Amino acid sequence: MSTTTQLLPATPADEALPPRNTAWRRFRRHRLAMLGAAIILILVLGSYAGPYLIPYNDTYIDIMQRFAPPFSGAHVLGTDELGRDMLARLMMGGRISLAVGFTAMLISMVIGISVGAIAGYYGGVVGSALMRFVDAVLCFPTIFLLLALAALIDPGVTSITLLIAATAWMDVARIVEGQIRALRERDFAVAAEALGASDRYIVFRELVPNAVAPIVVAATLNVAKAILLESYVSFLGYGIQPPVPSWGNMLNNAQIYLTSAPWLAILPGLLITLAVTSFNFLGDGLRDALDPRMESH
Amino acid sequence: MEAGSGDILLEVEKLAIRFRTHGGESAAVSDVSFCLKRGETLAMVGESGSGKSVTSLALMRLLPKAPLCTVSGSVRLRGKDGGMLDVLSLPESRMRAVRGDNVSMVFQEPMTSLNPVQTIGAQITETIRLHRPMGRRAADEEAVRLLDLVGIPAARQRLTAYPHQLSGGMRQRAMIAMALSCEPSVLIADEPTTALDVTIQAQILDLLRRLQEQTGMAVIFITHNLGVVAEIADRVMVMYAGRVVEQADVVPLFRQPLMPYTQGLLRSVPRLDLAGRRTGALSAIRGNVPDPRRPPPGCAFHPRCDFFVGGRCDVQAPALDVTSDDRQVRCLRWSEIAA
Repeated sequence: MSTTTQLLPATPADEALPPRNTAWRRFRRHRLAMLGAAIILILVLGSYAGPYLIPYNDTYIDIMQRFAPPFSGAHVLGTDELGRDMLARLMMGGRISLAVGFTAMLISMVIGISVGAIAGYYGGVVGSALMRFVDAVLCFPTIFLLLALAALIDPGVTSITLLIAATAWMDVARIVEGQIRALRERDFAVAAEALGASDRYIVFRELVPNAVAPIVVAATLNVAKAILLESYVSFLGYGIQPPVPSWGNMLNNAQIYLTSAPWLAILPGLLITLAVTSFNFLGDGLRDALDPRMESH
Repeated sequence: MEAGSGDILLEVEKLAIRFRTHGGESAAVSDVSFCLKRGETLAMVGESGSGKSVTSLALMRLLPKAPLCTVSGSVRLRGKDGGMLDVLSLPESRMRAVRGDNVSMVFQEPMTSLNPVQTIGAQITETIRLHRPMGRRAADEEAVRLLDLVGIPAARQRLTAYPHQLSGGMRQRAMIAMALSCEPSVLIADEPTTALDVTIQAQILDLLRRLQEQTGMAVIFITHNLGVVAEIADRVMVMYAGRVVEQADVVPLFRQPLMPYTQGLLRSVPRLDLAGRRTGALSAIRGNVPDPRRPPPGCAFHPRCDFFVGGRCDVQAPALDVTSDDRQVRCLRWSEIAA
């Protein structure tokens, strides 16, 4: 944002104008969103850099150290039923959960925005066909669809990500379709066409940016939803397979020790909650920041 | 410049536009012919629904595709290379290159015809870059020049402004800058001053006239404001129910309108110099524009006309007559009325 403005040399008239109302400026004013962004940053850094900084391996089994509670010895966050270090496992699990959540969101966004934009802009037979297809896919109960597909396909990070994306794009498509259908009737869309813009240009440069608020909200909700879905599926045993940790399958392993070693469930649960809430806050902030009509004072 | 066939920028012949609606086929526009020379301003005047805007959209080929809407006749536009382009039969990709480059359009509502989430600068540079192979920085410079040209102060700072940060008049100037960015030979202005207050209207009209003198472009000015017509037009085309009912140079038309509809239009303009006279109420043309799906038989204007003669006006559809002083009028009785 700020790089383009710096291309222009300052002139005396600059002083008369109010400071530029950039997206970053507006975002910074949103406290919760800044907090959410900071937490996500910490989670991401912790997951990716953390494992190199601690002396334990996430799959190293130390049978003598089973069920060590947090803050009680060498293992800061304790150990699990096989004596594996919880902190190391949470970090490695974070890599998987965050990557699955984020990638699934990206894929579902690309599919959803494309389908929704094409259906909304062209309407007619094409639009109806696409949207009826969306409705049809939407009719499947997500969890069962996911489980059924997961039973057929080899579970792994890539396949789980794709599966989650395949069940999450329809909402986005519906949101985008409605927005684009309304926006394409607006004068500026006709004006752009009158100035020689192509369909693709009008859809993706003129219309979609106007729908960015609901799209960003849907995107952050989708990250949160994808993390939860991955947890569900792993929790039910069809997702990421042990010994590879994810927050979801750690929760799954923890259920039988819920009374004797509650930290095994509380820690991954806490991180899932933290990540999901942070993404939602971030979405709120982004929605406001990306709308230039929101003035910052 | 010497008058010759090379001076004709736009030639419209027997343009007809039909829409298919739930209530059946309707002829929105029929038998519209005119031509436009370099530097000329043609005003299209008429009530709402008379087919002015539809005609202009057809010239840019912005109407819905067949079968919803069928356009026939011929529209020939001078291309940048000097040859005439047959607008109605160009493939869509060629047409895209023509729009904005050879013929451009300014819309009525400056509030809504700019994209609210893009800066003014981005919108102008993108328009330039749609048609010209130009780097971002060069396009920025060009945008500054254009904003300067249309009289926006502190043009360089305005590049990063969003539409909502500008006033209505400024937005319309920015819209004009966008429309002019590729120096079109024909500019269609669809009621560009209707949404603005009167002082700004005058400024925008001044601006258009000045730009026209500088670039020699031809302007089609769509309006229902006859004051604006007198101000800006060289020639006037009066439309009623999708047909041209009178076409003449601006001075003779205002001095002696031939068609009863034009007379009615001119009479219904509020005039300060007549205010307070005993004539009292402002005269209006009685009745409404006919439903295009069920046009009245004969002359479309006859149910509202003061000179209506039964058995003639409601039976025979008048043709477009050309008078001795090269005016066009569509009325069976114009010579009797004028006498």
